[in-house]
Formats: sequence, C-alpha cells, structure tokens
Amino acid sequence: MEEQIITNKLNAHIDPVLDVWQWQVPVYLFLGGLAAGLLILGAIGVLRKRSGAAQRWLPAVPVVLAVGMLALFLDLEHKLYVWRFYTAFRITSPMSWGAWILILVIPVNVLLVLGTLRANWPSWSRRADAQPWLRPVISFAETHADVLAKWTIGMGVALGIYTGILLSAYVARPFWNTSILGLVFLASGVSSAAALVQASSREHAEQHRYARLDMRLIMVELLLIGLMVVSMVYGAEPQRRAADLILGGALTMYFWIFVVMIGLLLPFFLESVHLRGKSLPRFLAPAFVLAGGLIFRFFIVEAGQLTSWIGY
Amino acid sequence: MALKKRYAMVIDTALCIGCGDCVVACKTENEVPEGLSRDWVVERLSGEFPDLSLQYRSERCNHCSNAPCVSVCPTGASFVDEESNVVLVDPSLCTGCKSCVASCPYDARFVMPEGYVSKCTFCLHRVREGLDPACVAACPTRCMHFGDLNDPDSEVSRLLKRRKYEVIAPQAGTEPNVFYLV
Repeated sequence: MEEQIITNKLNAHIDPVLDVWQWQVPVYLFLGGLAAGLLILGAIGVLRKRSGAAQRWLPAVPVVLAVGMLALFLDLEHKLYVWRFYTAFRITSPMSWGAWILILVIPVNVLLVLGTLRANWPSWSRRADAQPWLRPVISFAETHADVLAKWTIGMGVALGIYTGILLSAYVARPFWNTSILGLVFLASGVSSAAALVQASSREHAEQHRYARLDMRLIMVELLLIGLMVVSMVYGAEPQRRAADLILGGALTMYFWIFVVMIGLLLPFFLESVHLRGKSLPRFLAPAFVLAGGLIFRFFIVEAGQLTSWIGY
Repeated sequence: MALKKRYAMVIDTALCIGCGDCVVACKTENEVPEGLSRDWVVERLSGEFPDLSLQYRSERCNHCSNAPCVSVCPTGASFVDEESNVVLVDPSLCTGCKSCVASCPYDARFVMPEGYVSKCTFCLHRVREGLDPACVAACPTRCMHFGDLNDPDSEVSRLLKRRKYEVIAPQAGTEPNVFYLV
C-alpha cells in the first residue's frame, strides 16, 4: 500500500488533476477532423469526376479551419505571442507539425476549389474569369486538378491523424498515449464529414452512399476504440489505471452512454433504418454523428487530463 | 574544452522533515505569485499497519535529460540550457499553449498570470554566481544537495555512488535529475 497523504502543491488548473484544456481544444480537434474529412471526401469526388455535395463543401474548409484555429487561439494563455508558432518548425512537436499543416492545407484547398470552379460553381467561375490575374491560376489549377486532389487527400489524412497524434504524443497522460488515437480521430473526422455531406445532399442516391460510408466508418471507429481499450488493459500499470476510468471508474457512464451509445451506436442504427427506406428526418442521423464526434473529443481530452503517472 | 555541466539535486528523505522552508525560500527568491508553486512537499505513507513508513519529499521540476516538455514545445520556448543542462522556459517564445504542461509526468509546470509557462529553474541565476539554489540554501536539516553530476568529485556524484536512491516515475523514461536518497 502506498498513499500520498499531503501535498502543498495547489497550482491552478494543475492540481489536484490537470485541467489546462477546456472546451477550446476539443472544439478545435473536432473542427480539424471535420475539415480533414471534408478535404478527403471532396478530393475523392474530384478524382472520380463525381460532382456532388462532397465537392461543394470544399470551399467551406478554410472557414471550418478558421473557426477551429480561433478556438485554439482562445485557448492560448500568451495570445500576443501566437505568431511564434510560425517562427520555428520543431520536428519533435506534433503541435508544430499541426500549425504548419493547417497553414499548408489552405492554399492547396483553394487551388483545388479554383480547379473545380467551372464544373461546380459556374457563376463564380464567370466572375473569376473576369479577373485577369486569376485566369492563369485557374488554368494551372484546372490542368493539375487531379494532382491537387491527391495532395489534398494527403493533407487531409495528415490533418486528421495529427488531431489524434497531438494527444497521443503525451507520455505523461496514459489515456492518450496510444498511436491508435490518430487513426480513431481520422476515422471520426471522415465520418463527421460524411454526415455533413449526407445532410446537405438533395439526391437520394448520394444520401444513401454517404450513409453507407458513415456506417462503415462508425464500425471502424468502434473497432479502433475497442483496440485502444484492449491496449490499455494489457498495458503498463498507468495504462491499466487509465482503462479503469471507463471500466468501472469515474467516466464509465459517460463513455458507454454518451460516446458509444449516443455518439456511435445510435447514429449507426438510425442510418441503417434510413437505408432500409423508413421515413426519418434527413438531418437526424447526421446530427447524431456530428454530435458524437464532438462528444468524443470532449471525452478524450477530459479523460487524458485525469490520468497521470504519479497520481497526485 | 571543459565538460558541460549536468546539474542535479540530491535530496535525503531520511533527513527531510517536511517543514516547507524550501517552498517558502523558492517563492521569496523567485517572486512566485500567490497561489502558485515551483516546488512543493509530498508526504508519502507506505507499507501495511503496523509496518508503516512515512517519507517527506521536496519535489520540483526534475530537469529531465530526456525532457518531454522540450520535445513537444512547438516554438522552442522550452529548452535545455546547453551550459548547465537545466530545462528553462523563454517567455518571449512561449504562446501559452500548455503543451509542455500536459507533457510533464510530474505536473511541475504552471501558467503565470502574464500567460507564459513557468517552473523551477534550479535558481540558475544564483548558481551562476556560485550560490546554491534558494531551496537548498534554506533547508534547515541540510537534506538537499546541489551540484554537477559530470564532476565525479562533486557532493551529488559522491552521494549517488554511496547511497541508495530513487527518482520519481522512472518508467516514464524521462531520466530525471532530481534524486531521492532512501
């Protein structure tokens, strides 16, 4: 038996448990994942020459990212020094990678939108053509649309995985310290994007296509989350203690009811009902998928901060 | 070329009485704002009744040789001072992202009211003048020792050769440079 009786350490947001990241970081991670998913699905649409709702979301990606980065900015404690992210690139820091990926994603995304302007937004295309300085850029983007789409997929995957790796790089927080988190966040981000595309689509066949994709992604998420729990249960003692949080500990109900049942199983069920032709409000299943993605980020950020090596 | 220093602290838990003078000395020396602490005392009970043992431990940043706070910092604000091997924070580079705070297995870092992250510096400003860190200098039982582990004749090197010691959470792989004699 070993017990820490007293410690006079009472630093705000550090003791008795870490609480340095509140709502801003989960919101940022959710929007980063959603943007990654929108990039991937939109770019796949470009490669398959399939104009549809996924491609129509591509111009929204910088807006989604901007809102996410605003949330991250609000989390910074030394806000006037935010520019310091861009005076260094630290190869060992996932946050540094993320800061640069976020910046690189936007020009590639804008070029891809310009390259598909004529097909997807003819009225914008006419306005853009009226700008002499834009014409060579549009011409370049149209010629290289496939290459840009491939780059966009790569960037989307990097962005989606980064949102998970950002947390999994912290050895000090056993609940986060598994690289599976990168894949879970990627799958969750693409799932959220598929839900958004599904909700915005007016074509029945397209809605069904994205509902099916979403169901597969939810299965992948469940599988990966299961593997994550297994790796914790069979891990070192701090990891086992972290797993206890959701296997009888303080966050058990929150995890199983909100993350698994409401965030994953319920939308899976609703989408399967929708696919069987039953009448359901179009936004119902996608709304649960999106809410589930957000709840999942809130849960992971909170759970990780509750776990540590020393326990005081 | 002179060998770089590797400053370390060695704390004799058999002598520590948990008086907290180290905490007060640090707060005074470094003008640590109210409600924040760069060091703290942990009272640790182990064993089964009636074979219980009590240990007091003065804790702070471990100035790890493999410091996760340095590797995760996106701007280089957290860095290892090359001359002393002490882990420091440059406020002019710190964005207050708290990545380093989350990465520390010892929860040794905190955010200053101004927004940048702070922590123990081993009182490097004193050490450069040939003085001990404030906590070491103030300890009434002389249980705290400070010196260069790269010097085999330093007091800390000799203590670690002679006595049994432990570090906090060695499994975290951070290679701490604060040692506890047991």
